Amino acid sequence: MDPGRGGCVIDALIDVFLLGLLVIVAVAVGQSRNLLVAVMLTGIYSLLSASWMLVLDAPDVAYTEAAVGAGVSTVLMLGTLALTTREEKPGPALEPVPLVVALITGLVLLYGTLDMPAFGDPASPVHQHVAPHYLQRSGEEMGIQNIITSVLASYRGYDTLGETSVVLTAAVGVFALLGGRRRRGAPVPEAEAP
Amino acid sequence: MDVVAHWNHWVVVVLMMTGFYVIMARSNLVKKILGLNVLQAAVILMYVTMGKVEGGTAAIYLEDPHAAHHGEAEHGDGHEDDEHHDDGGHHDAPQAHATRPVTYSNPVPHVLMLTAIVVGVATTALGLALVVRIHEAFGTIEEDDLLDLEEGGG
Repeated sequence: MDPGRGGCVIDALIDVFLLGLLVIVAVAVGQSRNLLVAVMLTGIYSLLSASWMLVLDAPDVAYTEAAVGAGVSTVLMLGTLALTTREEKPGPALEPVPLVVALITGLVLLYGTLDMPAFGDPASPVHQHVAPHYLQRSGEEMGIQNIITSVLASYRGYDTLGETSVVLTAAVGVFALLGGRRRRGAPVPEAEAP
Repeated sequence: MDVVAHWNHWVVVVLMMTGFYVIMARSNLVKKILGLNVLQAAVILMYVTMGKVEGGTAAIYLEDPHAAHHGEAEHGDGHEDDEHHDDGGHHDAPQAHATRPVTYSNPVPHVLMLTAIVVGVATTALGLALVVRIHEAFGTIEEDDLLDLEEGGG
């Protein structure tokens, strides 16, 4: 189980490096007042998390995050900025009430992590239920090498079906909101609440 | 309280709370969606962290355990003469490695998070469409200004 002391040190260094960058970028997203900069930083954040997923043995999730999280969402956000504005209204750097709420929630979550199984523990409950079956049997039951694909497309095919229906719903919603409204007139407030 | 066992989780919690703070504190609607994305990616990282097994590798069958570093989907690499062709007909392919066990990380959290990433982008797209519509209708995407407009109109 022990990959060797040298491997451990390098793994730890990569972990510290990527996680440190993630925290820095996340804070920078919050603090930047230029929305274009913030969107670019979000793309970097997605790419960094994809790199960390690769370290965590999840290449398929990393591909998806890099393509969809860093690619598609960044393009969507840039499109939104082109249609709206690039500058955020200036305001206080730190809002006290949200800060306190976030700190308290964070402390509760940190307290919760103490009950979680240790990182990489093979005896953790996550690994006990269906995963051993997939790992041992999916090769002969599905006949493909990539276990993740077997689980995604077959064992948990209904999840993927649900996912596609969510994507369809979102697409219908986007077209309902934006379709056929290409007029560029004066921004007349149409639905003023009485 | 073991620091090595949990510090990944702790950093992920810090990332989550950064996103949460941005959602609450910033009045700009695009910025709120960016904060939501940061929070969501952190949650995804938390799940992927749970799937990791110490000393494991990606959940893709290896033809040759010694090629663990880059032998993902290569077919029969160095094993052409063996019966390790996974085309469904050979029912002993996974068990053939039972003598040299390979530890795989848990694929189930990975699959769930694949779904979550795609659904997250769908919700982001819907939220951004709402932002565009709000900007068309009111000429601003700042929540404070929108609330002022609402009060002034009433």
